[in-house]
Amino acid sequence: MLRHALRGALLGVGVAGLLLSATSATAKSKWEEAQHPGFSFEGPLGKFDQGALQRGFKIYSEVCSSCHSMNLVYYRNLAQPGGPFYNPKYPNPNDSPYAKAIAADVKVPDIDQDTGDAIQRPATPADHFRNPWPNEAAARASNGGALPPDLSVISKAREDGPNYIFSLTSGYPPSPPKGLTVPAGKYYNPYFPGDLSSFWSGPKDKVPKGGFIAMPFQLTPNRVTYDDGTKATTYQEAHDVATFLDWASDPKQEERKQTGLAVMIYLLVFAGVVYGSYRAIWRNVAH
Amino acid sequence: MSGHSTYEPKTGFERWLDVRLPIVRLGYDSLIDYPTPKNLNYWWTFGGILAFCLGVQIISGVVLAMHYVPNSAMAFNSVEAIMRDVNFGWMLRYIHANGASMFFLAVYIHISRGLYYGSYKAPREVLWLLGCVIYLLMMATAFMGYVLPWGQMSFYGAVVITNLFSALDSVIPGLGTMITTWLWGGFAVDNATLNRFFALHYLLPFMIAGVVGLHIWALHVPGNNNPTGVAVKSKEDTVPFHPYYTVKDGFAVICFTIMFAWFVFFAPNALAHADNYIPANPLQTPAHIVPEWYFLPFYAMLRAVPDKLLGVMTMFGAIAVLFAVPWLDTSKVRSMRYRPAARTFFLIFLAVTLILGWCGSKEPDDVVIATGHDIAGDPTGLSVTVFSRFLALYYYGYFLAVLPLLGFFEKAKPVPETISSPVLSAHGHGVAMPAGAAAEASKKG
Ligand code: HEC
Ligand code: HEM
Repeated sequence: MLRHALRGALLGVGVAGLLLSATSATAKSKWEEAQHPGFSFEGPLGKFDQGALQRGFKIYSEVCSSCHSMNLVYYRNLAQPGGPFYNPKYPNPNDSPYAKAIAADVKVPDIDQDTGDAIQRPATPADHFRNPWPNEAAARASNGGALPPDLSVISKAREDGPNYIFSLTSGYPPSPPKGLTVPAGKYYNPYFPGDLSSFWSGPKDKVPKGGFIAMPFQLTPNRVTYDDGTKATTYQEAHDVATFLDWASDPKQEERKQTGLAVMIYLLVFAGVVYGSYRAIWRNVAH
Repeated sequence: MSGHSTYEPKTGFERWLDVRLPIVRLGYDSLIDYPTPKNLNYWWTFGGILAFCLGVQIISGVVLAMHYVPNSAMAFNSVEAIMRDVNFGWMLRYIHANGASMFFLAVYIHISRGLYYGSYKAPREVLWLLGCVIYLLMMATAFMGYVLPWGQMSFYGAVVITNLFSALDSVIPGLGTMITTWLWGGFAVDNATLNRFFALHYLLPFMIAGVVGLHIWALHVPGNNNPTGVAVKSKEDTVPFHPYYTVKDGFAVICFTIMFAWFVFFAPNALAHADNYIPANPLQTPAHIVPEWYFLPFYAMLRAVPDKLLGVMTMFGAIAVLFAVPWLDTSKVRSMRYRPAARTFFLIFLAVTLILGWCGSKEPDDVVIATGHDIAGDPTGLSVTVFSRFLALYYYGYFLAVLPLLGFFEKAKPVPETISSPVLSAHGHGVAMPAGAAAEASKKG
């Protein structure tokens, strides 16, 4: 019996070995693996850093929002528990002076109810973030045919979201590798998925990793002036905006992890109690 | 349900009801007094775990359906709105999405348990067939559920799977196209498709619940199999279901829930594909279309065959062959505890199926075993497609050659007289498969 079990185990090990050698033999990736700068919200107990969320929101509103919509995020969300401008004094985010003030600075399209004319009015906490484009065609026309994706859930919509966004937005090299022909209106980025072999005149086994993206490099040093005096390096800006976008993708993340902790403790205790009953009930049964 | 009922109505109301609708008697006989072999190991707790999973999916699903909008323009945003604006909506949705994975994990363990201990053999063939029906319905339900959030993978998953039927065009020209048009409710996967998938996704779980009822009925007539495969001979061999197995299954369900909760609360998207958070776009096919993990072995078999119709038949055949297992296995011995050769073939079968799953997640041209390099420095050699062919051959070979032939050639070990005898004598029995049970047995002696 034991010999057979051993044989089975050996077989399993063999199979695992085969799988490992198999993964290492697959074609090498055509773009760079994302960097891992480390985020406060990683791991089962991680939380968002509210300062980083506020700085990230500043980057979004002063830089990214000129091209990217966030149609699923409302100004009220900024002041809800876990949000960048949450303050326990205002449990209802719609009453938050922060959300109101941020919204009031933005003009959104509406219809005048008396005349039926198209107008622009100041936003309220109940409005979603202003869409920079009237329609998709306008967005494409201004971006060389490419569509800047809506960023509401971008962090969930990309593998390894926050690390990818950080790497993509901060990872543009000062100039593309020599031997790479970059098409007009495109920019080389080593983290953007693509296949550059047909644009490459150098040695065939040294094709640069990455792809051409229609988004130019945005996060130059001091692109924004942070209100809290933090130095606005490219690294800092990318880190903050990745934090903000991850929150926007998953605004209930902190609530989820806190609930999860309580659920886990409850279940472990429950499991212990039931295991005790199990031992007691089966005590006198040979099985 | 089978045999003699020991239920005695205690209150006046119970006596009154018992002669009119003996429903309390039914519950008592099936869940309390039901005689159960006393040697069941933890692999047997997955039946209870599966019932729990079905309950979780139905409850979370019904509440999700109160907020979900089955319209191609609004479905994606309605799922996001559930997670952002509905109180604990994120929890409902993550429970439902991960619950499907947990359901499949449990059903795969449950089926493997049956294959290993020969639970499909007489007199349990109908029980096994009903189980296979449940599994088929589960796959249909999960496939249609996955379409509902209307992300890129939802959409292209629906396109790929419904298009499989167009392979029938090579049998009768026009037949496949007709069926796909009929499935879609139009000339492409669109709003009509989403609507009917939602209607069916709501319906099928209740049909599953119905078949589960029959499955349990068919279980309670012959009674449980057990790790020895030896039939129950006397009352010595059994214990009443309650409290012995309610507490053991309960403990297993809680342990399973701990793992389930880990995914829901700490890694809710780990089993999902990032592309499904991109709203469906019929004009932009994703680079890699990959199904959910629980369909990967079948997906690998589909792609392993160059001809479309044969590929589709290979894929569906891999499930259909399960229905024939009771008649394919010719061995007189039920449990593979006493069939060393069968056990080895079975373990290889499990490994092969897992590797097929791995192949399903790779690109068809990826290289499994490198034999050289091309000018760009990328490896060349045995491709995933070719590798999958060998694996699919073993998958089929296990059912169509090993199970039928082994019964004639293998030398089985002596089988104990009764369930109770090996329990009393053996320490560390059946080490390979029921690790938990073996540990239990040696602790208790
Ligand atoms: C000048 C307009 C413009 C600005 C400003 C801009 N982007 Fe973009 N962005 C684009 C365009 C266009 C694309 C689509 C690129 C493509 O498909 O080639 C894009 C794509 C992206 C993507 C998706 C990449 C992928 O994997 O598909 C991310 C993430 C992104 N931008 C983040 C940002 C962030 C963060 C900011 C602010 C720091 C920002 N963008 C500012 C134009 C812009
Ligand atoms: C056998 C049981 C069931 C299984 C295996 C199952 C599976 C699934 C899957 C895989 C999804 C996609 C999840 C995602 O990625 O978002 C889904 C979505 C959904 N299911 Fe189910 N489901 C079951 C039962 C039910 C029932 C009984 C209902 C309703 C009565 C239901 C309602 C929904 C709704 C509304 C959605 C869309 C919301 C969402 O995508 O999260 N499900 N289901």
